[in-house]
Amino acid sequence: MSLTLSFSLKKVGGAHKGDGMRNTFLGAMRFAFLLAFLLALNPVWAKEAAPVAADPEIEKRMTTLSEDLRCLVCQNETIAASRADFANDLRREIREQMQAKKSDKEIVDFLVARYGDFVLYRPPVKSTTLLLWFGPFILLLGGAIALLVYLRQRRKQIQEPQLSDQELKHAEDLLKERKGNNA
Amino acid sequence: MTRFLLPLGIFVVLVGFLLVGLNLNPRQVPSPLIGKPAPEFQLQQLHQAEQTLTSKDNLGKVWLLNVWASWCVSCREEHPLLVELAKSGIVPVYGLNYKDQREDALRWLKQFGDPYAVSIVDPEGRTGIDYGVYGVPETYVIDKKGVIRYKQIGPVTVDALQTKILPLVKELELQG
Repeated sequence: MSLTLSFSLKKVGGAHKGDGMRNTFLGAMRFAFLLAFLLALNPVWAKEAAPVAADPEIEKRMTTLSEDLRCLVCQNETIAASRADFANDLRREIREQMQAKKSDKEIVDFLVARYGDFVLYRPPVKSTTLLLWFGPFILLLGGAIALLVYLRQRRKQIQEPQLSDQELKHAEDLLKERKGNNA
Repeated sequence: MTRFLLPLGIFVVLVGFLLVGLNLNPRQVPSPLIGKPAPEFQLQQLHQAEQTLTSKDNLGKVWLLNVWASWCVSCREEHPLLVELAKSGIVPVYGLNYKDQREDALRWLKQFGDPYAVSIVDPEGRTGIDYGVYGVPETYVIDKKGVIRYKQIGPVTVDALQTKILPLVKELELQG
């Protein structure tokens, strides 16, 4: 598409040879079009290692689903991003199951049955993952409680000392004395 | 002095967690298939392409399924052990030739020895997906009822054979 676009613009540009301003404008336009097109393409390249876009609808669904799935060979990559042979195979499998009208949930269940929860980047909430899910919040809560206790104690420590009546009287006398000296 | 105890305690706990965490092998992902029936297959044999082997053919005996390929470097590492194990006759080893070329696989077996009772071929890795294969070599211990009892991820080692696989095979042989 980019080829035909730049070609037709070239033809238009050629027809107006001599008009420098117009040529520059068309050149800039052509460049802008190409740039926009390439930028639009770029994320697709970044996400997909080997796109087989037989059906763009399924390809899109497959990419979205596999972005949440971990590649077991290169464990910090998603199945969508990985170029490992293993990820290729799983993308093929997902694609085929989507063509067979399987739902996303059915496909995920299929993969979990074979590779375990490890294949999921979003692990399900169950007894073994409770600490994983709620641990950070428990730590946060613990920290907040510790901070509160500490601040309360500190407030007690820096509280102004209470003066007894006698001390107050003594202070008053001292102040009066000073006033008398000044007068 | 006591005000250092709490930070020190937290530090020690943290080091403990890191020590355990760093000693775990992230490649060892526990298989959910353990204790489940081995996925069914019907695959062409490597040596006689016109013949097939199905998962049901091995019902009634304890057997190992070793996933291998001629392109797999670690497979060479474990291969002498498998050859020796096959010679001992303790347990039959079946080979799943994973995503390989037939000629390459046959040449490889000729060169390094063939420990397999039968080798079956999975050129596209589809049976591999059913078995949750993600890193060749992998070895499954399957019992008489066709249930997967153990999975060795990566090459079979002398240690794994002696401490896990052989005792398990012995135990499974005794079962009905």
